[in-house]
Amino acid sequence: MTPDQWTARLSEYLDGELDGAERQALDAHLDGCADCRDTLAELQRVTLRATALSDREPAADLWPGIAARIGLPAATAARVSRLAPRRWSFTLPQLAAAGLLLAAVGAGGLWLAQRSWSPEPAAMAREPVAGAEGSKFRLTRNEGDDAYDRAVADLERVLAENRSRLDTATVRVLEESLRTIDRALARARTALDQDPSNSYLNAHLAETMRRKLDLLRRAAALATASS
Amino acid sequence: MHEPSVGALTVNRTPAVDAAADVALAQSGDGHAFERLYRGHVARVHSLARRMAGPDEADELTQDAFVRAWEKLGTFRGEAAFGTWLHRLAVNLILSRRSRMGRDRQRFDDADGALDLKPTAPARPELAIDFETAIARLPEGAKHVFVLHDVEGYRHDEIAGQMGIAVGTSKAQLHRARMLLRGHLEPKAKERGRR
Repeated sequence: MTPDQWTARLSEYLDGELDGAERQALDAHLDGCADCRDTLAELQRVTLRATALSDREPAADLWPGIAARIGLPAATAARVSRLAPRRWSFTLPQLAAAGLLLAAVGAGGLWLAQRSWSPEPAAMAREPVAGAEGSKFRLTRNEGDDAYDRAVADLERVLAENRSRLDTATVRVLEESLRTIDRALARARTALDQDPSNSYLNAHLAETMRRKLDLLRRAAALATASS
Repeated sequence: MHEPSVGALTVNRTPAVDAAADVALAQSGDGHAFERLYRGHVARVHSLARRMAGPDEADELTQDAFVRAWEKLGTFRGEAAFGTWLHRLAVNLILSRRSRMGRDRQRFDDADGALDLKPTAPARPELAIDFETAIARLPEGAKHVFVLHDVEGYRHDEIAGQMGIAVGTSKAQLHRARMLLRGHLEPKAKERGRR
């Protein structure tokens, strides 16, 4: 192989696309060719530079033109702060839609996580793996869990006491949202029983717990304010 | 603090759930939700358009991509993240537009103003140009493959499929682009210190 032919393979070498024999041959060539080693280092810097490029917004706001073309009034379009923390206010239909989405997102995320560590997720769900209880990675209950349970219980009690102050539609949406979250919690806990060290599942469980607490807190505040 | 009102609940939400909810709302015709999606993704789409087609066409291509996304929102089923779906839509739009204009064929191998292939050492620092500018001056085919592979993270088989070329051609164009660009990197820290 000529020097140019070796050089032509350096990008594939860098990207790990050469088979074992080709890679070994190029490794051997690199051992004795300083020029190719330098070129390889430069190509690596190019790829690193490419991944470090940052995205920039357009100089002008393009939304008014887009809004006009799709028949939306640009002047009344929502103005979203790009820096401020986001807090969304939902109407009941939107909350119902969000509840369904939570179920879809949660189920999809769990499916992806399970898919990555079990060839037969359905079988895994039916038959818990023996010995998982003893894993050193297993989540154990602690004071934080107890505090969470107490907070949930307190909020549920407040909500039960003031439920009559909420209109029927609100209660229906709230209960459906809570059922959705509880199903997501149950799925996350079941999955964690099988794979206690799965970081995605742990984060997903924590996020879902936080979501339930947040929803209960908002609902309780709404109920007590509706007197 | 925001006070909850009768008939509405305020909840703190994660970015992923925000996006999923906004997609669902936009699919039902909510323009405000679609604007939020636009705000969240415009930088990436515009940067893609700028790198692939140049700054003069980036604004128009970005607008076209979002208009197309609005028109096709009903086909989005959530198999991938919305950002991934939007990005692929934008890539397809940009490539088809460029192809239709016949620019690929004219500039694929021998572009006016394209970087010269320099198999030697990197350019002297004082001659170095901005890396983004250097990408913009790549021959069209090499530029598209480089942006999609090294900047956006597409695989060669995906690029080949989207560009209608062979996988081997995609690999060759990528190597060509990298070889051209290596002469336009910023000097290493040690080299800067000597100056």
